[in-house]
Amino acid sequence: MRPPELRSLREALTREARPGGPDGSRMLHGLAQSVALPDLLDLSCLNGDVAGQRVLLVTGDQFLAGLALIAVDGLAEAVVLCPPDLAPEHLPAIAARAGATCLLTDRPRSALPGLDGLPLIDCAWPPVPAAREPEFERATEWLLLTSGTTGVPKLVRHDLAGLTGAIRPRPEGEPAPVWATFYDIRRYGGLQIFLRGVLGGGSLVLSGGCEPVSDHLARLGRHGVTHVSGTPSHWRRVLMSPARGLIDPGTIRLSGEIADQAVLDGLRETYPRAAIGHAYASTEAGVGFEVTDGLEGFPKAFVGRPGAVEMRVVDGSLRIRSRRTASGYVGSDELALADAEGFVDTGDMVEERTVDGATRYHFVGRRGGIINVGGLKVHPEEIEAVINRHARVRMSLVEARRNPITGAVVQASVVLDEAADLPAPDEIRREILAACRAELSPHKVPALLKIVPRLDVTAAGKLARRPA
Amino acid sequence: MSTRLIIIENINQVAEEQEKALAPLTDDLVLLESGLDSLCFAILVSRLEDDLGVDPFTASDEIVFPVTLGDFVSLYEAARIDAAA
Repeated sequence: MRPPELRSLREALTREARPGGPDGSRMLHGLAQSVALPDLLDLSCLNGDVAGQRVLLVTGDQFLAGLALIAVDGLAEAVVLCPPDLAPEHLPAIAARAGATCLLTDRPRSALPGLDGLPLIDCAWPPVPAAREPEFERATEWLLLTSGTTGVPKLVRHDLAGLTGAIRPRPEGEPAPVWATFYDIRRYGGLQIFLRGVLGGGSLVLSGGCEPVSDHLARLGRHGVTHVSGTPSHWRRVLMSPARGLIDPGTIRLSGEIADQAVLDGLRETYPRAAIGHAYASTEAGVGFEVTDGLEGFPKAFVGRPGAVEMRVVDGSLRIRSRRTASGYVGSDELALADAEGFVDTGDMVEERTVDGATRYHFVGRRGGIINVGGLKVHPEEIEAVINRHARVRMSLVEARRNPITGAVVQASVVLDEAADLPAPDEIRREILAACRAELSPHKVPALLKIVPRLDVTAAGKLARRPA
Repeated sequence: MSTRLIIIENINQVAEEQEKALAPLTDDLVLLESGLDSLCFAILVSRLEDDLGVDPFTASDEIVFPVTLGDFVSLYEAARIDAAA
């Protein structure tokens, strides 16, 4: 399995690829294409040299992104993993911050404005036979984008050793796993599964963008997936699909959002033979821990215990220290990712609860009121700003409302000015929501909007925000 | 108004706001094929909680994830009876 000093993905594939060995069947499956992983050593989907470059990886196709990651790791100085939902207008700022020296893409240059200064390397299917590149020249920096920020996302620096720190060797004699993830592999959660697929001695099935749930499940079933990972929101969709019986995974993982008892119980009932666990991980803090007892939250004893991952709870928020945390933010030196002792403040708020004599921490939301709608993070202030632009609005408060489908939805309370003239509140509600729909992504538009007589303000003159 | 009518009204409203084309709302319609995405369902469940006073996904001890529109309506009808009892 994973040798102790793993230096690059291709080095790992080289060690495993022995002619006639059992690894010939290790596959990477996209929506429409498949490739045997060991074959990638002698194939290339790139039409340029990435050695020593700082690569901005921007592909529409997730499968091509996977091929590109295998091709650049160990050769490039750095690779920036741009997720598919990244707004193109942020790309020039990200390229500058990362010190990018080339653009690796499956899109035409015209689709990527503001990047004219960067040489372009095409990434295309099918790959063509190519001279075998060196397996390792340098440890490539993996630069991931955070999702929880307004404006240009922050860049977080990882290395392969840290990213793979939580991957455990497959137990002797266990059949080769077939991995699948509902995530995109350019996000931390999906990348973890991609790396397990490439390094874990098995195969990997990638998700397919807009593929309907039932088609996706049918495809996963055809490939015989054994290990499937996604957010609680992804899994609720699976549980609501008539095609849910088409997969029979032995291992189910949830991460990226709060896993509540309902989704854990629903999965246990639908997939009785599966080992079900929910993991805590973040782009900054890396993989923290995994809970496998089928209960929401995590045992209090996790906090303060020694080990590869150490945890603390400070002022209600979870802090994590481990080798797997990112080494820092890129291009913004003033931002410290960890405190003086090396703990990363996750901003995830936890609360102690005792049920049947057992004390656990439950996640209660994000500090600063950041709302997590199905894995997408929302800043209340951004929405309040749009609402407050309406001439009749005096103030507004946007907060999370707990929701069994996406974990949370956006709820707004609005105080109108006291002008007695029309229009009526119902009309104003419609105008505010129309403005939100015009300016904000759908998950940011308030699902519920209430007109209220007043909002509480703190002694410091700020809106009183309840902990989310 | 009946539970069913309130649900149907809310579904139509959410679909219109989110600009989704709805399939005909029959009892055997598979929810994931109705044209509504996860966000639409999330909004729907929150609004129904306000309109009907129940959230069967959170309230019930035995969680049954509905597959069809018929299942969905029954879930709310049962939850309202439970809540009234």
